[in-house]
Amino acid sequence: MLDSKIPSGPLAQKWDKHRFDLKLVNPANKRKFTVIVVGSGLAGASASATLSELGYKVKCFCYQDSPRRAHSIAAQGGINAAKNYQNDGDSTYRLFYDTIKGGDFRAREANVYRLAQVSTNIIDQCVAQGVPFAREYGGHLANRSFGGAQVSRTFYARGQTGQQLLLGAYQALAKQIAKGAVQMFSRTEMLDLVLVDGHAKGIVVRDLNTGRVTSHSADAVVLATGGYGNAFYLSTNAVGCNVTAAFRAYKRGALFANPCYTQIHPTCIPVNGDYQSKLTLMSESLRNDGRVWVPKKPGDTRAASDIPEDERDYYLERKYPSFGNLAPRDIASRAAKEVCDEGRGVGPGGLGVYLDFSDAIRRDSEDAIRARYGNLFQMYEKIAGENAYKTPMRIYPAVHYTMGGLWVDYNLMSNIPGLFVLGEANFSDHGANRLGASALMQGLADGYFVIPYTIGHYFATTPKNCPSDSSQEFRDVEKQVNERIQKLLSIDGKRTVRSFHREVGKMIWDKCGMARNKEGLEEAIRLIPSIREEFWQNVKVTGEPEGINKTLEHAGRVADFLEFGELMCLDALERDESCGGHFRTEHQTPDGEALRNDEDFAYVSAWGFTGDSSRPSLEKEPLVYEEVKMTQRSYK
Amino acid sequence: MNFTLKVWRQGGPDTAGRFETYQAKDIQGEMSFLEMLDVVNEDLITGGHEPIDFDSDCREGICGMCSLVVNGIPHGGQKGTTVCQLHMRSFEDGQTITIEPWRAKAFPVLKDLVVDRTAFDRVIQSGGYISVNTGGAPDANATPIAKIDADYAFDAATCIGCGACVAACKNSSAMLFVGAKVTHLNVLPQGHPERFTRAVNMVEAMDSEGFGACTVTGACAAVCPKEIPLDVISKLNKDYALGVLKGVGV
Repeated sequence: MLDSKIPSGPLAQKWDKHRFDLKLVNPANKRKFTVIVVGSGLAGASASATLSELGYKVKCFCYQDSPRRAHSIAAQGGINAAKNYQNDGDSTYRLFYDTIKGGDFRAREANVYRLAQVSTNIIDQCVAQGVPFAREYGGHLANRSFGGAQVSRTFYARGQTGQQLLLGAYQALAKQIAKGAVQMFSRTEMLDLVLVDGHAKGIVVRDLNTGRVTSHSADAVVLATGGYGNAFYLSTNAVGCNVTAAFRAYKRGALFANPCYTQIHPTCIPVNGDYQSKLTLMSESLRNDGRVWVPKKPGDTRAASDIPEDERDYYLERKYPSFGNLAPRDIASRAAKEVCDEGRGVGPGGLGVYLDFSDAIRRDSEDAIRARYGNLFQMYEKIAGENAYKTPMRIYPAVHYTMGGLWVDYNLMSNIPGLFVLGEANFSDHGANRLGASALMQGLADGYFVIPYTIGHYFATTPKNCPSDSSQEFRDVEKQVNERIQKLLSIDGKRTVRSFHREVGKMIWDKCGMARNKEGLEEAIRLIPSIREEFWQNVKVTGEPEGINKTLEHAGRVADFLEFGELMCLDALERDESCGGHFRTEHQTPDGEALRNDEDFAYVSAWGFTGDSSRPSLEKEPLVYEEVKMTQRSYK
Repeated sequence: MNFTLKVWRQGGPDTAGRFETYQAKDIQGEMSFLEMLDVVNEDLITGGHEPIDFDSDCREGICGMCSLVVNGIPHGGQKGTTVCQLHMRSFEDGQTITIEPWRAKAFPVLKDLVVDRTAFDRVIQSGGYISVNTGGAPDANATPIAKIDADYAFDAATCIGCGACVAACKNSSAMLFVGAKVTHLNVLPQGHPERFTRAVNMVEAMDSEGFGACTVTGACAAVCPKEIPLDVISKLNKDYALGVLKGVGV
C-alpha cells in the first residue's frame, strides 16, 4: 500500500505542522552528508544551491555544456504566486483551488496547498537574487493574467521568464560552486541508478566529452531531470530532453505515476514538414490579447484579411464566454483539434487556427503590443516568415509538458528510500492538466522550499551510509551500462536512430495524443514492441564509445522512449475515463468536454517494473479530497 | 535548394582539424540551419560515415548551446538570431556555405564544431551573482525599482551566454558577456553592495581564462543574438575603474 505521508490536521496547517515534526540534522553534521542532484533546471539548480547553503555536500550533474542551458530556460510566460498585489481577490486558497480544478481533480490536495503557500516566498527570493521582473512605472511589480484563472497573479519578465528565473538559480548555484560547496559535472549524463540495501545511494554516469563511464556515490539522490515530452519526437522540449534518468529509476524499482497525463499546449507554431526537429511554443500569455478564430465555412482558403467578421468563428469566446480565449490549455487544445477535424483549419494541411491581434492593436496600439510580446512576435516571424502585427499568427497544439512522473510522497521521496524527485520529473502537483505559469512555480518550490526541509528528515531517521563508489553494487551497474553501450554500437544495422524516434513518436502522437480510445491504444501497445525489436536489430549507431558521440547519446535515449512509450499507452488504456489532458473519446459530455469518472478513477496510477517481458504492476493511491468537492470542471 | 558545405572536422581536442566538403541536397527554405545539418547527418550515418558533431539543445534561440560560425560570422549574420533560428530561406540556392566552430583560446575545440565554454561558467562563479542565500528575503515589493532601471537590467540580463561575442572579436575578448552580467546586477539595488568587487573580480577571472582585451570595435554587439548593447561595456569599465580605485576585489 502506497503511503503518501500526508500530515494530519487542517489543510492550511499541514505544512507548518509537518515542518515542525520533521527531524533536523545538526548544522555541524550536515557537512558529512553528500547529495547527488541530477539536472540543473529550476528544480535541480535551486535544490543544489539551497542544500549546499545548508551545509550538505552537493554533486550536481547536467548533460548540457553548462547548467545555465537546462530547458527551464525556454519557459516564456511567467510564474504564479498568490501575492494578491493587484487586490483582485487572490489568495493562497484561490491559487490552490484554481490549480486543483485546473488539474481536473487528479492532483494531491496537500501538495498543491503547500505549493500555493510557498509561491509567495519564491517571488521574494527571486527578486532578492536580482531577477528583473516586469515593473510598473511606480517601481512595483507588474502582473498579468493567465489561462485558467480570473485574477492577475502571474509575474513575468517579458516573454523570457524562465530564462530569468533559471539564471537566478544558476547564479545561486555558481556562488556555491565558487565556494567549493557544490561540485558541478556538466556534459555528464546519468545512465543508471544504484541501490545499496534498497536505498538510492548513487548513479552511474557517462562523461559526454570522454565517453568514460563512472560511478558516484552519495547519501541520497535527487532527480530533477524534467519531463518525457520527447517520447512524442516532436514537442516543445529541447532536443536533448529525455526520460532516461527517470526511466532507469523505474527499472530499479521506483514507481512511475500517471504517465498518460501529458499536456498539449494550444499555442505553438504549426508543423511544417518531416525534417522538423522540434516545435516552438508561443506563450499562452498571447491569449490575453489575441483572439482565436477559424472561418465558419469548412475549406475556406481566403486570406485571413479577406474573411469578413461575420464569417469568422471565435470559437473559444463562443463556447466559453466567461474564460473566452483564456480557457485552460487542455480545453483550448481540444477545441482547436475539433475545428480542424471539421475541415475549418487554416494554413498548409489545414492544421492551424488564427491567433489574431488586430483588435488589441486597434485598442492599445502596435507599440503597446510590441512592449508586451515583442520577442514572441519576432520569434514567430523568424520561424513562420510572417509579420504577426499585419496578419494573424497561425497556431496549433503541440506536446509541451508532462504532468506524470515518478511517484513521490509528501516529502518528495519516491518509494525507493533516499531517491527524491523534483519538478516536472515528479507527478504530484498538476493532476491531469497543468495551468500556465505553474511549472516554474513548482520547480522552484520543490528546490528552494521543500527538499531542503524534507531531505534532512530522511538523513535524521535512517542509519548513515554513503557507500564507496567502487563497491560491488556500483561495479555491477557500471558493467551493465557498458554492455548496453557496446550493444548499441555493435548492431550496425541500416536505420538511423532518428528514424526510429520519429516512428515511435508519431505512433504515440496518433494513438496517445490529444484524443485517445481503446482501439488505438491497444494497437499502439501491439505495435511499439515491434518497433523496439527492430531498433535492437537494425539501428545504426556510428562512432566509438570514447569521445563525443552524439548519435550514441541519442540512441540510448530513444531506446528508453521505445519502452516508456508503451507504458504511457498502457496507462492511458487502463484509465478508462477522461480527465484534463487525458481525453478518451469514449468518455465525453454531450458538448464534447472531458467526462471524469470519480467513482472508479479518483486515484493515482503508480506503475512498477516487473521485468522486460511482463506487464508492469499497478498500485493505486486513492485521491482523498478533504477540502475541495470534486465537480464537473466548467469554464463557460 | 542545394548547397555545398565546407565543414570543419576535427577528431578531438588534440588532433588537427581540416575542412571537408559535403553536398546538402533537396533542402527546403523552411528548414532551420541545424535541421539542414540534421538532414546531411542522416545521409552520412546511413552511408556509414560519422556525422558532423555540433551543439544544440532548445532550438528556439534561448539556451545558448548552438555555436556555429557560418560564412565567417558567428550565428550566420542575421540580426538578433541564433543559428538554430536561422532559416535556409535566407540563403541562395547553390551557395557554398562555410561552417566553423567558435575560435578562441578560451574556447578549445572538443570535436568538429563543439567547443568547451566552461570558461564562461568560471567567470560567472567569480562574481556574477548576488550573495543571498535561500530564505529570509524581504517582500518582493519592499524595494521599488524604477521601471527604466528594471528594463535596462532586463535588456542586459537577456544574454544567453553563447559566446558569439568572443568568437566575433579579433582579440577574443569577453567584455560584452561580462559587461552584460555586471550591468544586469549592478543596475539593480539588490546588486549594489557588491557592485565594485563584482566588476573587478569578473574582469580578473576573464583575463585569467585567456580572453583578450577590448578595443571597443563593436563586432561583439553586431553579432549578439540578443542584441546586447555595447554600452554595457562602458558600465563595466566605469564600475571596474571605481573598484580598482577603491582597492576592492580578489
